[in-house]
Parts: sequence; C-alpha cells; structure tokens
Amino acid sequence: MTHTDADSVGSRTVADIRLDFPAFTQTSGGLAPAYLDSAATSQRPRAVLDAEREYLEHHLAPVHRGASAAVGLSTTLFEDARAEVARFVGAGDREVVWTENATDAINMVTLGIADANAGLGGADAARFALGPDDEIVLTEAEHHANLIPWQRLAAKTGARLRPIPVDEHGLWSIDDAAAAVSERTRIVAFAEVSNVTGYLAPVADMVELAHRHGALVLLDACQSVPHRPVDFGAMGVDFAAFSGHKMLGPNGIGVLYGRAELLDALPPARTGGSTITKVTMGTAEFLPAPHRFEAGTQPVSQVVALAEAVRYLDAIGMQEVARHEAAFAERVVEGVAAIPGVRIVGPQPGAPRAGLVSVGVDGVHAHDVGQFLDEAGVVVRVGHHCAQPLHRALGLTATTRASAHVYTTAEEADRFVEALAGVRRFFGVEQGVTA
Amino acid sequence: MSGLDGLYQQIILDHSKARHGEGPLEHAQAEHHELNPTCGDELTMRIRLDPTHERIDEVAWQGNGCSISMASASVLVDLVRGTRVDDALALAEEFRMMLRSRGEGEPDEERLGDAIAFHGVSKYVMRVKCAMLSWVALEAAIAKSRSHDAL
Ligand SMILES: Cc1ncc(COP(=O)(O)O)c(C=O)c1O
Repeated sequence: MTHTDADSVGSRTVADIRLDFPAFTQTSGGLAPAYLDSAATSQRPRAVLDAEREYLEHHLAPVHRGASAAVGLSTTLFEDARAEVARFVGAGDREVVWTENATDAINMVTLGIADANAGLGGADAARFALGPDDEIVLTEAEHHANLIPWQRLAAKTGARLRPIPVDEHGLWSIDDAAAAVSERTRIVAFAEVSNVTGYLAPVADMVELAHRHGALVLLDACQSVPHRPVDFGAMGVDFAAFSGHKMLGPNGIGVLYGRAELLDALPPARTGGSTITKVTMGTAEFLPAPHRFEAGTQPVSQVVALAEAVRYLDAIGMQEVARHEAAFAERVVEGVAAIPGVRIVGPQPGAPRAGLVSVGVDGVHAHDVGQFLDEAGVVVRVGHHCAQPLHRALGLTATTRASAHVYTTAEEADRFVEALAGVRRFFGVEQGVTA
Repeated sequence: MSGLDGLYQQIILDHSKARHGEGPLEHAQAEHHELNPTCGDELTMRIRLDPTHERIDEVAWQGNGCSISMASASVLVDLVRGTRVDDALALAEEFRMMLRSRGEGEPDEERLGDAIAFHGVSKYVMRVKCAMLSWVALEAAIAKSRSHDAL
C-alpha cells in the first residue's frame, strides 16, 4: 500500500496522532468503530482534556470580578485564550466574542439587529436597522442555525429573505448569488463549507459582491475553522460564527467574530453583569466589544481548553489538516462512485470538496443505511443534518454523511465504502440496477 | 436472532416494500399527520368508521420514511382494518409497551400478530419512534374522529 495524504497529516502519521486521543486508545479489544461523524462533533485530544482539568484543579476563580490574585490569574488565562483563538482565525483580540456555540453566535447578530430596529443602541446601532424594503440573502443550503434566526429577524423587522437557490446536487455559484443580491440587500449569510455537501463557497467573490452592494456578510464558519486555514480579517467578512466542539475543543463554547467597529455598535442581545460601564435604576451603558456581549459568568474552563485545541491544531498545521481531509474525501468519493445505486450529494467526483461526503442510497432510507453501517462498526450521521430546505431541493428526506478530522484513517474511509456497498443487497433493492 | 437480523426481520423487510394500505382514502372521517422531526419522516393516517362509529371499516396512510416506519404502517393496516375502535386503541397501547421493553419479556403473539416482528426494534432506542409513527397517527386520528376535528 502506498503512503498517502490520507494516512498522514503533514509530518505526522495518523496512527501517531490517534495516540493523542483517549477515545481511540481506550478500546476494549476488537476493532474500534470507525468514527466518521466529526462534522457533528469531534473527539478531543488529551491535551485539551488536560487543559480543562488543569484549570479547574489549579486556577478556578471568577474572571473580571473582584481583586484577588486568583481572579487576576484566571482573568489572564481567559483573555490570553481569547488572543490565541483570535490569532488562529485572523481576528483582533476585541473581535472574538465568547458564545455558547455557533448557533448562539448567529443569534447574537440577529437579536442585536432586532434591538437596533427597536431603537436600542442609539445612533450607532441605527445602521443595522432593517425595513420592508430590505433583503437578507442566504443560500438554500444553509444549516438551520444560519436560517431560522434570519427568519425570525425578518418577521420582526418586515425585511424579506431572498434565497440563493441550489441545483440538483445542492450546489450554488457566485452567478446564482449575483442574481439574488441587489441594492435592497443588507445582509448576505452563507456557510464557507456546507455541512451536507462539502461545497467550498467562493468567499472572496461573495464578500466583494456583498460589499459592492453595501451589504454586510455573515460567514458560518462551523465547518471551515476546524478543518482549514481561515483568516477572517483577510477575507473581509463582517461577522462569522464557529463552535469549539467541532474543532477538537469543548462543548459549550463558541465564537462570534465581528469587525471591531461593528461589534462596538451592535446592541448586546443579552444583558446583565459584566457587560456595562455605568448603570442607574433606569439606564445602562455598555462596554466596547467583546465584553459588552458576554453577560453573566463565562465558561472559563471551556475557553481555556479551546485555546489548547487551537494550539494543538496549529502544531499540526491547518494547511496539512485540509490536505489530509481532502484526501479522505477523494478516497471516499472514488469508492462510492463505483457503487451502483448510490448517489453522491454535492461536488461530483473530481471537483474540490471539504472532508465530508453525503450520499443517498436508492430505495433505502438513510436511517436504515445508518443502522446497517452502525452494525458494521462505522459511525456516521444520518438525517437531514439540520438542512431541510437543502434536502427538499435534493429530493431526499435524509442523507448519510461520513466526515473526517485529523485522526481519521484511510482504512476508515475504506470501511465506510465497503459497508455502504453491502446496503442495497441487505435491504433487497438491488434489482433494477445494472451493476 | 441477534444484531441486524433481529431488527430487520424478513416480515419487516417484506412489509416495507409491500406497504399494505398505502394510498388515499375516500370519505375518511378523520385524518392525522405525524412528523418525526429528527429524521423528517412523515405519515398521514386516515380512517373511515362504520355508522355507529364503533368499528374501523377502512384505514389507509400516505407518507415516507425508513423501512421500520413504513413496515409498521403496513402491518398496522392488516391488524386494525375491520376491528373495533377500542380494540385498535388497546392494540396500539400493547404495541407501545412492547417497544418500550428494551428487548425484555415475551410479547403476546396471539394479540400482536405480525406486529411481534417489531420486538427487536425495542433494543434500538433511536428507532422506537420510527415504529411508533403510524400507531401514534392512528391514535390521534381516532381521537379526532371523536371530537370536533372529524372531517
Ligand atoms: C454549517 C453549520 N452551521 C451551524 C452549525 C451549528 O453548530 P452548533 O450546533 O455547534 O451551534 C453546524 C453544526 O451542527 C454546522 O455544521
């Protein structure tokens, strides 16, 4: 067997990397199941788990509240972590806001705009307010997290949603986007990498298109930040969102990125302690970003561990991670393309895609496919992947998705393909297909 | 029987393709649409009762979903067509108890008939909802037929 990018990540072999992950080293004999659901949530290296425990055992104290040395140290760790994560995504320190997850981050923006519409935030925030003549453009491929909050905002403000339609593969192009964007467009929201199709959006062209029409760009970076080099500053996006649990980090922590000037003007959706400068019984004035958005006690141990995840990824190199996962996807696509009656969603064989592959199996529901694969020791995601409009456009109720991360082996890709090849025979739907 | 063969018994695979009672129903007294939000599967159950409203004269369904949910709807039709409404409700409850058993116990074949094939599903918590989809829709349709929601 030749050594390929699917077996290594930069200078390290995948076998070596797997030793860093307790989830892969604590199996009780037998072949460990192939974990091919990292796009939903990723496993965590020991360094990340240790960082969280280390903080909890030795440094646990409030942040930004009080005057003790312990608070000082805890606060330093908390803010250093912010700087680390900011550097990782090409952001300034003030441009990274801690949220619960990416969903929460997107809601921070939509709820903040709704507040601006209600007159909160004064003249600075008025620039965000939307009206009935305004449009929010977003693709039909979006995750519900980047769709429903905009629906709610539209309902509150009278603005209209303008979809960028997808084709039969679930794909869209800059031309489709150009047809949807107009002078009425105020916001353009889309995922850099689709969690279903693995499509890589033309970010630079989208930013240029939106800005040319005076619209703001919100990038859903959930499936890009964990898997490839990302520089929000260089991209020129206005807002972005991602989650810690998909990037080898903890649950309960996500990031809202925003250009500092915008974050300073956006009304905070959630208010309370730690967000303010001056409070009277009738009024409150808010801090500049990022602290104006971080209401209440923050998930400090998760923040500290997320910074460790970022250091771990950096040590491997994001360019290398992307190359490794592209090799995984290529291997899966090549194998799946040879199986009769199985349809690849998203970019077709040969076209670039991220490290995930979703398929539809003719005559077999995705739940049944997933059950069969589970029994074969292959853990995948089945369902609509929180993207119902996309699946409707594909003409499928649900699909089956295999996704990779740094620890995914070529052998796991092959196990997925092999198991998938047996599905239609098991469910007795092979007839009618010319093999 | 263990593993996949215990879950996907031949009866289930057969019914998932034969699909008894799939289609529209004329002159239905009640219908109910049930959705499984985790997988997007959906099913509409329609019933036509006899003039006394004590017996299910006809039952039919339309929908799409996994083999478990489709086979369950098909078996349901075989079991409740022509039965008393109260018996159908009792059977739905019996079916539910079997699916909550986590593979324990011996279901009553006399009463459950072909539906006993779904005993294996009870070991797969993520699939119990699939098997219940049609039965929940039937219960709701019956409830509607007894309320102002009748068609
Ligand atoms: C593209 C995309 N957007 C948004 C989300 C939502 O992320 P979370 O559930 O962590 O908020 C996900 C993950 O499920 C995703 O894949």
